[in-house]
Amino acid sequence: MVTLPTSGESQQWVGQPLQRREDARFLRGTGRYTDDVPHAFALHAAFVRSPIAFGVIRSIDVRPALEIPGVIAVLTSADLGHATLTGFLDRDEFIKTAMPILANERVRFVGEPLAIVIATSRYIAEDAIEAVSYEIDEFDPIVAMDDAQRTPQPIHDEAPDGVLVDLRMFNDDELEEVLATSHVVVDETFRSGRLQAAPMEGRGCLAEWIDRDDQLVVTVSTQLPHQVRTGIAQALGLAERQVRVIVPDVGGGFGFKAVLGREEVAVAAAARILRRPVRWAEDRLESLTASFQGREQEYTVRAGFTEDGVLTGLAADIRCNIGAYSAFPFTCGLEPIMAATEFLGVYKVPRYASRSRGIASNKPPSNAYRGVSRPQIVMVMEGLMDRAADRLGIDRVEIRRRNTIRAEDFPYSGPNGITYEPGSYLEALELCAAQVEAAGWRQRCEEAAPGFIRGIGIANFSERNAYGTATMGLRRMPMTPGFEVAHLAMDASGDVTLTSGTCSAGQGHETTFAQIVADRLGIAPDRIQLRQGDTDLTSFGWGTFAGRSLVIGGGAAAVAARRLAVQLREVAAQLLSVDADDVELVNGHARVRGTGASISIDEIAKTVHFRSHLLTDREEYLLESHGSADPSGMFSNGCHAALVEIDAGTCAVQVLDYLVVEDCGVIVNPLVVDGQVRGGIAQGIGATLYEEASYSPDGQPLAGSFMSYLVPTAAEMPPISIHHLETPCYQTETGVKGMGEAGTIGAPAVILSALNDALRSRDAWLEHVPVTPADIQRLLALPTKMESS
Amino acid sequence: MKPARFDYHRASTTLEAVALIDDLGEEAKFIAGGQSLVPMMNFRLARPSALIDIMHIGDLDSIQRDGDALVVGALTRHRTLETSTDPTLMGGFALLPTAARWIGHTPIRTRGTIGGSLMHADASAEWCMMARLFNAQLRLEGPRGRRTVAADDWFQGMFSTAADFNELLVEIRFTTPRQCGALAEFSRRHGDFATAAVAVAFDVVDDRLCNVGIVIGGVEGVPVRAGEAETLLEGASVGAVDVDGAARSAAAGVAPMESEPREAAYRRHLVDTLTRRAIHDALATGVQ
Ligand SMILES: Cc1cc2nc3c(=O)[nH]c(=O)nc-3n(C[C@H](O)[C@H](O)[C@H](O)COP(=O)(O)OP(=O)(O)OC[C@H]3O[C@@H](n4cnc5c(N)ncnc54)[C@H](O)[C@@H]3O)c2cc1C
Repeated sequence: MVTLPTSGESQQWVGQPLQRREDARFLRGTGRYTDDVPHAFALHAAFVRSPIAFGVIRSIDVRPALEIPGVIAVLTSADLGHATLTGFLDRDEFIKTAMPILANERVRFVGEPLAIVIATSRYIAEDAIEAVSYEIDEFDPIVAMDDAQRTPQPIHDEAPDGVLVDLRMFNDDELEEVLATSHVVVDETFRSGRLQAAPMEGRGCLAEWIDRDDQLVVTVSTQLPHQVRTGIAQALGLAERQVRVIVPDVGGGFGFKAVLGREEVAVAAAARILRRPVRWAEDRLESLTASFQGREQEYTVRAGFTEDGVLTGLAADIRCNIGAYSAFPFTCGLEPIMAATEFLGVYKVPRYASRSRGIASNKPPSNAYRGVSRPQIVMVMEGLMDRAADRLGIDRVEIRRRNTIRAEDFPYSGPNGITYEPGSYLEALELCAAQVEAAGWRQRCEEAAPGFIRGIGIANFSERNAYGTATMGLRRMPMTPGFEVAHLAMDASGDVTLTSGTCSAGQGHETTFAQIVADRLGIAPDRIQLRQGDTDLTSFGWGTFAGRSLVIGGGAAAVAARRLAVQLREVAAQLLSVDADDVELVNGHARVRGTGASISIDEIAKTVHFRSHLLTDREEYLLESHGSADPSGMFSNGCHAALVEIDAGTCAVQVLDYLVVEDCGVIVNPLVVDGQVRGGIAQGIGATLYEEASYSPDGQPLAGSFMSYLVPTAAEMPPISIHHLETPCYQTETGVKGMGEAGTIGAPAVILSALNDALRSRDAWLEHVPVTPADIQRLLALPTKMESS
Repeated sequence: MKPARFDYHRASTTLEAVALIDDLGEEAKFIAGGQSLVPMMNFRLARPSALIDIMHIGDLDSIQRDGDALVVGALTRHRTLETSTDPTLMGGFALLPTAARWIGHTPIRTRGTIGGSLMHADASAEWCMMARLFNAQLRLEGPRGRRTVAADDWFQGMFSTAADFNELLVEIRFTTPRQCGALAEFSRRHGDFATAAVAVAFDVVDDRLCNVGIVIGGVEGVPVRAGEAETLLEGASVGAVDVDGAARSAAAGVAPMESEPREAAYRRHLVDTLTRRAIHDALATGVQ
């Protein structure tokens, strides 16, 4: 347990809806992204990519490409010393497989890089791609998860059955008996389609070997500066010090950049081999079809309920199509582990057993995408609640109420081995249900025009986040993420530079971190500058993912700020000849309680730097501090409701209205929280109604541009009203819980729930996403329950 | 996603454009707004050896009346048509500005041209549908002079037209104004090409529908006319239009491109719905 902020310290900035400091540059187009970083001499890379999903490489002939004027080099796996990246978990249930930086011997998905071309322009590089010839003997590809059973040729020889990870973490000998004697057992299979996070800025990097520093400097669009450094250093046989990773503005990450791609390593290797700067910016085709995907999952579940709708037990068989390789560093175990561990959400489930597998296929590797498995498990849990409610004739809110973990249950320990700190699970449900009534949605359902059908959905869920080393250690990655270290330095003019190993992809860290520090130093947030994304500038850290930055990075910054505040008060005490305990930092001044004497913090800073001879009692020079944080991880929670309309004529679905109750502990900046919620819901709506990275049976990607990969636009977004609850979590000094993923997590469940409500007269349920108009048409064509009875 | 190498030429007259392409051969291509051609070049699905930029030809960007006919220059931007709502100019063709609004997004409409759209010949393109609906005559300028092709003969299959490589489309003459008209479209996402679209136009004489046209876009490889449904409506009295029958017949008459049965069934269902909606909307335009 950490110490709480001392009483009397005013919290004037945390909680304020400060405009994001970043917005001015983002909105004016003056941000600096990787491809904006100028370099007069950089060469351009492009990749020769496999047009075949699965096969053996017989030969690659790069010579014709080398004859094109402007082509500097074409490198294959051998030229890179057959370098690989291996993302693995140190556990028996995990089969370790390597991902070659450039395909070696086999190709395993369409788009897999066979060679890297380096040329004086991207145009010439793409010409050279066409000049490279190769022979590939094709195998039947494994596209759907069930294909693995009928294809003799395994994707990785190490895993003949195609299963790279097979987790049976939760067992219960009595579960079958409990299910057998339950009043009803809901037995269903749910599926979710393959997605791509589709950030505005795709991946990209610029690599240059600098002799003076004996360093490879890699500017890269990533969420994980230090892990990219480690991966590149390992793959290229360099010391960590010899790789410097710089991350400028990042135009969206969403987990898609919580990874090290083989392309970045290949570009770094080329820069090192050629001793010339090389840059690469992926195009949308590469981004959609040859980078990282996720979320293709299937859940076969059996849930027992009593006559009163109380859950008795749950058995789940979870399968994730993890694509061709295990991604570095989070591995192909990511989705299966998350799904199995956090399945039970906000509900009390007395007995639980699950098997959770990651199955290889001839598709791009999967990696984290905002929410990682939680959008699915919430969709499944809420789907089970809706079905049980229907079968038992219990109101949908009431059945959730009967199963939800309540205030008096905390700290609650579930059969998944997790202890939940306090949240507002029931309160969120009640508030959301009340808001649905207040907003008159039932009335609006009745008012649908002829040919239109409306329904209301509700989903109550939690979002685990800010996993520290204690929790991450259970996963058994060779590197265990979790802590953060922050540094603060106040300069001679009283401005503060804060560094953090977290790394914003556009979330507004510069604003929110400054709010936390400002309160503790008694200065305005605009005096505090956050520096991030440079492995030579910040302490080692774990980057940004899973709602960790403001909790852990911000928590570390709070500790550092508190320590710097002590220094400021001590200097002030010396200068004012009072006791440091009597000094408080308020409004840019160190003020003596009770007397009114004060000195400006600017003056203190100036004195410390320029007239340190006056400060005879100080052991240290300057104004610098550091702090760290490593919470075990926590659950924020929320409840969503949606009002949807089906147009029976076009079978289109429109989300008419959307309600959110959100509890992420102490809110540092409500604008940022609401923005995260809205953006997440947009992605959730995309996952539910529009987006799918679909493939033909021979493994060809069918969604290679935004004409076919349908990211929703502002026109598809409903109005969203957001209500806040605040249950602080003092695993760090700020009381903050993470909240970056909640919107994405809740939306599929709630929209599916609403669609099933709208279609309740039909004797069929939607149990998959994305839901297409053709799906709706099929259900509408079914007889209604009244017609068939 | 960078185009293959190409040469660039700029033509300032129709004759120059035609002479250039005749000279450069079949591998060369005209470029107008570039909104279809450039994406295809970036994917290297099109790899012209040379581009002949026709956007600087002065006299092909105009909308004029010639008696009943509305004559539109091939370089007229979608956006220009969208904002041409002057009833004296557009009388009988009020559906054209409405149709233009369905084309992509504003930036696309400010660059893309009607001629480019008809040459690209996407089956769901609004101008392709309008050309058939209003019996357009498409005027081509080629090395051997001028010729005119009727819209009904223009579309030769997916993305293919009656024009030869060395012919420049210069003018689109919409010949049959109609009092009533409507376009009903569906795309999953705002601004996308239509999954299916149905356009309807007719006159009302003595309370009866005549000169009925119904065109279906996006479902087959070319925009098609729903002949049977047209016949069904021809002569119907305004108060007793068999909307149901027309919609069913339009839906039954199409052969969707989708091979997947559920998708094909869905297209038919859409055609039914959109035909219904287009007829209703067209009737409503007559009421005003
Ligand atoms: C995101 C997006 C969405 C779109 N949505 C729609 C939509 O919903 N509906 C729709 O109809 N269109 C849509 N379009 C296409 C758009 O309307 C294009 O503008 C149009 O198809 C082509 O016109 P252009 O002037 O841009 O032609 P270009 O792209 O320059 O040329 C297209 C083809 O026509 C040839 N060509 C052009 N002009 C002539 C001429 N005068 N004579 C002979 N040949 C010529 C070219 O050689 C080329 O083969 C969309 C485009 C984009 C990028």
